[in-house]
Amino acid sequence: MNIGLTLFGQTLAFIIFVLFCMKYVWPPIMTALDERKKKIADGLAEAERGFKQQELAERDAEHKISEAKQQAADILNQAQKRANEIVENAKSDATEEGTRIKEAAHAEVEKEVHRATEELRTRVSVIAVAGAERILKKEIDAGAHQDMLEELATQI
Amino acid sequence: MASTVTSSQYIQHHLTNWTYGRHPDGHWGFAHSAEEVANMGFWSIHVDSLLWSFSLGALFLFVFHRVARSMTAETPGGLQNFVEWVVDFINDNVRGSFSAKNDLIAPLALTVFIWVLLMNLMDLVPVDWIPWLAGQFGHFVLGMDPHHVYFKIVPTTDLNITAGLAVAVFVLMIYYSIKIKGLGGFLGELSFQPFGKWGLPANLLLEGISLISKPVSLALRLFGNLYAGEMIFILIALLYSGGILWGTLGGFLQLGWAIFHILIILLQAFIFMVLTIVYLDMAHQHH
Repeated sequence: MNIGLTLFGQTLAFIIFVLFCMKYVWPPIMTALDERKKKIADGLAEAERGFKQQELAERDAEHKISEAKQQAADILNQAQKRANEIVENAKSDATEEGTRIKEAAHAEVEKEVHRATEELRTRVSVIAVAGAERILKKEIDAGAHQDMLEELATQI
Repeated sequence: MASTVTSSQYIQHHLTNWTYGRHPDGHWGFAHSAEEVANMGFWSIHVDSLLWSFSLGALFLFVFHRVARSMTAETPGGLQNFVEWVVDFINDNVRGSFSAKNDLIAPLALTVFIWVLLMNLMDLVPVDWIPWLAGQFGHFVLGMDPHHVYFKIVPTTDLNITAGLAVAVFVLMIYYSIKIKGLGGFLGELSFQPFGKWGLPANLLLEGISLISKPVSLALRLFGNLYAGEMIFILIALLYSGGILWGTLGGFLQLGWAIFHILIILLQAFIFMVLTIVYLDMAHQHH
C-alpha cells in the first residue's frame, strides 16, 4: 500500500463534491425545512387563535341569550303592570263617572224641587193677592165676602 | 478461485489495487502484479478506489440533488422523507458541536457522512463477487489473465482515500485557523502554549504533534477499521475453499461478521463526520 496520486485525486473529488453539496443540495433542503417549520408553527398559532375566538364567541352568545331572557322578563313585567294600571284607571274612572252622574241627578232633582217650590210660592202669592183683592172688594159687600173666603180656602 | 492459487496469493490478490502509474522504466501503464504496483511508488493511481469513490460520491449527490430540486414544504414523500431525516440529523450534530457561524460546515459534514458511509457499505458486498466479475470481464473481453485483474471495491480500505479526505479537512483547519485568528494568532497558538514563551521549543513540538495527529488519526482510524474488517471478510472467504463443512461455517461467520460490521460502518462514518466538525470548530476558536 503506497501513498500516491490517488490521494490527491480523492482530495480534489472531495472539494468538488463538498462545493456542489454546499451550492445545490444543502440550501434548497434547508429552505424547505425552515419553510415547513414556519408553516407548522403558523398553523398551530392559527388553530390556537381559532380556538380562542370560538371560546369568546360562545361566551358572547351565552351573555346575549341571558340578556335577551332578562329583557323578555322585563317586558312581560312591564306589560303586566301596565295592564293592572289600565284596569285600575278604568275602575276609578267608572266610579268617578258614576258619582258624578248621581250628583248631577241629585242637583237636577233639587233644582226641580226648588223650581216647583218657587212656582208654588208665586202662585200662592198671586192667589193671596187675588184673594186680598177680592176681600178688599167684598168689604163693601159682606155677603159676597163670605163666599170669597170659602173660595180661597178651596183654592189653597 | 482459491483452488488454483494459494491462500497468501488469494489474500494478496484481494489487497492489491487496480493501478495505473509510472513504471520504474519511465513509461505509464497499468500494473500487472503487486510487485509492479509497489515499484510505481508515488506515481500511481488506484483506478478502482477512485472509480468507486467518485461513483458513490456522485450517486449521493445525484440522489440528494434530485430530492433538493423537487423539495416541497408540503407533506414529504418517501425519498424526501429519508433525505430530510439525514439532513436534520447532520444539522443537529453540527449545531451541537460547532459554535461558530460557517455555511460550509453543514454541507461538508453531510458529504463526509454519506460519502464515507456509502464507501464503507461496499464492504458488505461479498468479497469475491465484483472482483470475480471484473476478472471474467478482463479475461473474456480484454483477454487478460483473470489473476492479474485487480479490483478492490471498498475505497475506504485504501489509505490514499481516507488520507485524501483527511488532507482536505487538514487544509480547511489551517485555512480557518489563519482566517479567524490571523497568521500571528495561529502561530502564537502553536508557539506560546502551553508553557509560555520560554518553553517555545517544547510548545512547538507538543502543539505541532497535536496538530499533525488530527488528520493522521482521522485517516488511519477509518482506514484501519475498514481494512481490518475487509481482511476478516477475506479470511472468512478462504474457508469456502475448505469443503462443505468449512464452507458452511464460513457462511455463518460471514453473516455474523457482516451484521456486526454494519455497526462499524455506521460508527466510523459518524466518527469521521463528528471529528471533522470538532476539528473545524477548534480551528474557529481562540484559545
